[in-house]
Amino acid sequence: MSEPKGRLEAPRRRASELVGRFSTANETWTLVALLILVVFFTIKAPGRFFTLTDFSLIAQNSATLLVMAVGQTFVILTAGIDLSVGNVLVLSGVVAGEYFVHHGGAGAGVGNVLAGVLIGIVVGAAWGAMQGFLVAKAKVPPLIVTLAGYGGAFGVSYLLTGGSDISSVPHHLVNSIGLSSVAGVQWLIVIAFLVAIIFGLILAYTRFGRYTYAIGSNPEAARRAGINVDRHLIKVYALAGLLSGTAGIMSLAFFGNTTIAGHASDNLTVITAVVLGGASLFGGRGTMWGTVIGLFIPAVLQTGLVIIHVNQYWQYVAIAVVLVAAVYLDQLRRRLRTRT
Amino acid sequence: MSPPPSGTALLEARGLVKRYGNVQALDTASFTAFPGEVVALIGDNGAGKSTLVKVLSGVIRPDGGEILVNGEPVHMSSPVDARKYGIETVYQDLALAPDLDAAANLHLGRELYLIPALKVLNRTEMRRRAVTAFAALGIQLPDVSAPVGTLSGGQRQSIAVARAVAYASKVIFMDEPTAALGVVQRERVLDTIRRVRDQGVSVVLISHNMPEVLAVSDRVEVLRLGRRVARYRTPETTIEELVGAMTGALTTEDDAS
Repeated sequence: MSEPKGRLEAPRRRASELVGRFSTANETWTLVALLILVVFFTIKAPGRFFTLTDFSLIAQNSATLLVMAVGQTFVILTAGIDLSVGNVLVLSGVVAGEYFVHHGGAGAGVGNVLAGVLIGIVVGAAWGAMQGFLVAKAKVPPLIVTLAGYGGAFGVSYLLTGGSDISSVPHHLVNSIGLSSVAGVQWLIVIAFLVAIIFGLILAYTRFGRYTYAIGSNPEAARRAGINVDRHLIKVYALAGLLSGTAGIMSLAFFGNTTIAGHASDNLTVITAVVLGGASLFGGRGTMWGTVIGLFIPAVLQTGLVIIHVNQYWQYVAIAVVLVAAVYLDQLRRRLRTRT
Repeated sequence: MSPPPSGTALLEARGLVKRYGNVQALDTASFTAFPGEVVALIGDNGAGKSTLVKVLSGVIRPDGGEILVNGEPVHMSSPVDARKYGIETVYQDLALAPDLDAAANLHLGRELYLIPALKVLNRTEMRRRAVTAFAALGIQLPDVSAPVGTLSGGQRQSIAVARAVAYASKVIFMDEPTAALGVVQRERVLDTIRRVRDQGVSVVLISHNMPEVLAVSDRVEVLRLGRRVARYRTPETTIEELVGAMTGALTTEDDAS
């Protein structure tokens, strides 16, 4: 009689194992935090939170940030950091903008629009690859490399434009991905979520993702397993640059100009999102799903505070506290683990 | 001292040199492993054991000397080269990625694919093979999908050993494989070493533990100051003799020649 009993227990054990893993995953707690926020604001402002909150506006404002956060997730998983993202966005937009100025301006044809888009994205990828090369081969710490890349991209953007934004952005670009919708959802949002889904799948299910985790977890183990760690790091930073470039094109299309001065703190917003989403700054742990949730927590918090008539700048204080708590818990867990 | 076994060596190092700044880690070091034996590589701290292992497993490149596999000179410029020759290593630090699970660590750098063109991983198959590989060594993990950083030292050790055993066709280096283990786990690792040898794979055991060396090895090679100084058949030697060779109290092979 013990045999059928054992058979019954097996799936139950597997279920409790799943529940256990779910409850210990960082992103679970991030999701819980997001839901608590939504519930809290719904109770505090009955009937008003959901009606007044324009979720599509939140999503639209977060679209370029989400695309950059996707790249940042890969970088942070390798135990790196990319401070350059916002200004690489600007640089890509500026280079594409310069191309448009000389190739038809606001009336540029489809061919030139596509060429400009491609150039902008390639510039971002090249900037990222250069940073990756310095991190992987020259062994300069990522913090310094991307801080330099942040300043450098900003400087080059100013030099190219003389400090005044380019606003002759082709109508084809603005009217397509900038302002139009598909099935009621803005193209900008569609693109951002497509990027998050595609690269989330790559992260979770492919060799590229597996190596990203492995390198962040123990680069020496990865090297001894025959993984070309340097080449992979260059790819990861190039990907972050490529996605910043993509965000640059999205921003250009949406705002209709290069918004040079508007992205100085994008890097901090994006890094905050990735860390709130449960990724470890020490590498090796985190998910794309967590990053998406982590990005929307500050946005929901801000909107909610406005609706319940609390000064919205409390948002920054709250995020600051949560951010430190998240990293502290990560540290604590690491210490507990190495003690065993 | 007895003459070394005759026949072609499976893996041989001749006159390896490796310098780190002013430190001469390997000073014309030689080493030989024959087919189907357990050979212990012993030496005092700083004798060059770990450096020799890293050179022979392709992790670091020597400044001079040559490496032969089955009598043929080979180049080992990366761990991938060593693997190609059927050489696997259990490093002292285990070289595991703590955030990845046991199956992912076992297949690290040798992933299996569901869709090879897109490099989509076949996680089910990798997990299945991992369970098989662990079972073959009598290893039971409470949860194959738990990050290995959450497992005990003995379990992590088992994973590193299982990984080497699963892929080695000629030689396995084990650098202090029992240092962090309890009595029961230590016995299990020694059993594994014997079992692997009986399957025809040579095992190079690096150890400080002389009784363990005498218990499990067929031969002993002694390194001192980056050079091989003595070789013994295990049944014909004693702890005193080994310690004497390690510390330089006895006359030695390459010094004398």
